[in-house]
Amino acid sequence: MLASDRIFGAVVVLGALGYVATAAQIPAPFFSDPLGTRAFPMIVGSCAALCGAMMVWRPDAEPEWPGLASLGALLVATIALVGYAYALKPMGFLLPTAVVSAILSYQIAPRVVPAILAGLGLSVGLFVLFRFVLGLSLFGFPRGWF
Amino acid sequence: MDLLANLSLGFGIALSPYTLMLAVLGCFIGTIVGALPGLGPANGVAIMIPITFSLGLDAVAALVLLTSIYYGAMYGGRISSILLNIPGDEPAMMTCLDGHPMAKNGRPGDALVISGVASFVGAFLSTIGLMLLAPALSRIAYQFGPAEYFALYLLAFCTLGGIASNNQAKAAFASCLGIMIAMIGLDPNSGMARLTGGNLHLYDGIDFLVAIVGLFAVSEVFFFIEKHGKQGALNIKIDKVTVPWLEIWSTRWVMLRSSVLGFIAGVLPGAGASLGSFLTYVTEKSIAGEKGKFGTGVAKGIAAPEVGNNAAAGGALVPMLTLGVPGSGTTAVLLAVLVTLNITPGPTLFTDRPDVVWGLIASLLIANFVLLAMNVPMVKVFVKLLELPPAILMPGVTMVSFVGIYSLTGSYFDLLLVVLFGILGYVLRKLDIPTVPVILGILLGGKMEKQLRDAMVLSDGDWTYLLSSGISIGLFVAAFLGFIAPMFLRKFLKKPQLPTD
Repeated sequence: MLASDRIFGAVVVLGALGYVATAAQIPAPFFSDPLGTRAFPMIVGSCAALCGAMMVWRPDAEPEWPGLASLGALLVATIALVGYAYALKPMGFLLPTAVVSAILSYQIAPRVVPAILAGLGLSVGLFVLFRFVLGLSLFGFPRGWF
Repeated sequence: MDLLANLSLGFGIALSPYTLMLAVLGCFIGTIVGALPGLGPANGVAIMIPITFSLGLDAVAALVLLTSIYYGAMYGGRISSILLNIPGDEPAMMTCLDGHPMAKNGRPGDALVISGVASFVGAFLSTIGLMLLAPALSRIAYQFGPAEYFALYLLAFCTLGGIASNNQAKAAFASCLGIMIAMIGLDPNSGMARLTGGNLHLYDGIDFLVAIVGLFAVSEVFFFIEKHGKQGALNIKIDKVTVPWLEIWSTRWVMLRSSVLGFIAGVLPGAGASLGSFLTYVTEKSIAGEKGKFGTGVAKGIAAPEVGNNAAAGGALVPMLTLGVPGSGTTAVLLAVLVTLNITPGPTLFTDRPDVVWGLIASLLIANFVLLAMNVPMVKVFVKLLELPPAILMPGVTMVSFVGIYSLTGSYFDLLLVVLFGILGYVLRKLDIPTVPVILGILLGGKMEKQLRDAMVLSDGDWTYLLSSGISIGLFVAAFLGFIAPMFLRKFLKKPQLPTD
């Protein structure tokens, strides 16, 4: 079947062409050098499109994709990390870190109690390390709690 | 005697208690990072960069710390190769071939000592090579104009993916992707926003630290989740560690040859430590022939790749420091360090900032001795670390990387980008597309465009200017050959399989 490389190559071709089209519409500045602002991104984008076409034309052997269960675990991990990105500032370090490391830990080795302990331990341990040993300015709790 | 004067300047900086402490600390962290399966020099340094900057270390201190981690990780990589048969990083793969069999034959201590000494010889000789070659090369680099630099960057992109990857189209795509990402943000010549899609967060461009942490650290976490942390358990016991002097002495010529070969492999732009360990192992195997019994756990088979990979690590610093073109994945990460510290690598570095260069070289020499001490008598400490379960380690690595980025930029948007690059890295690695060229593209893409535009300004738009000097023609030819050659060599240079348990 060799579908993965073909699909990815097609996505690359489309993406790269879109990139070239976007680059072609960069407005020209008043004072421009001989090459201008558009040429280089357009050249590189075209090269990328060419590479994508090569992947469609001569795909490699199919990689081993994870099963549905692993894919689900990856999705959960991604959502947890995205949530972490949003939560870190308003909620302080300790709580989001404990929750997210427990989730990640559970995804790697699915045992509930060790995962919770890992989350708590990492959260407190890293906070002490960052805040007191390395002296980074981190807030442990949501602002206004203490 | 310029060299001696420079060295004494370097040692004056490196022997200050503070710098010395950082070097020891870096060696320690590096060996841990290298020893842990799944973490190599590139992601080890990547995770540490944001933290180092948040600490506000000055240029020399930060550089000493991070390069000690780099050297340490090169040493430490062998520990999991030998004991678990899992290479801590790509270059350590060849060490599995003889190291793991020797450990299974009941001599894990000997395997660790031989490889530790081999690491020392390779790293020490190549640091001396760096000391002699780098200043000479930096004098040649004064003749480089925009056309030559453009050709040099092209050479780096053409060779970096070429040897590491199995498919030239994929390697080339990875480079293009990196350069395309580098174009996002304000155009340095005109000051206008390009390709930002109107998103204000993207006006500054995408920080390569964000990309490095995402591609190297977060994608590794995804791989662990996919495998559910399944990995070889440590079932090899080490009783006591003695030094097999005779066996080490018997590998002296292997070590010397491999140092030279590994160093050369490292100096070539884009080739790096993986090529170094691969070439040295294959060369020594063919020199030893059938009688050498390579693959069954012989000392020479452990020494050769380990010398090669450490010699290449030193060699890779030569083009990075003198030309600003990294010779391997990890030096690409170190280049990111220099750029962030506002130090421009290149010929002027040797005249403008001799304290940085020679302080670094002296620190590397000292770091080598520290590492030898850590990796031979104290090796059991690091072996203990292999028992650390990934279910604690990997979430910890993720959190350290996130906090590092966050304390550096303070922006949730950058954390989102880290996750995004993590997913990208996972998909790319699944499809066997190398991620190092992406980093190199993000790092060098802007400079490559600037050199090309400067060249066009100088020549008033005449493209033949790019081929106006012997150096640039040579570089373009080398770039072309470097891109084409692996397609034909691949048949002969098959990577050997890991030994099965």
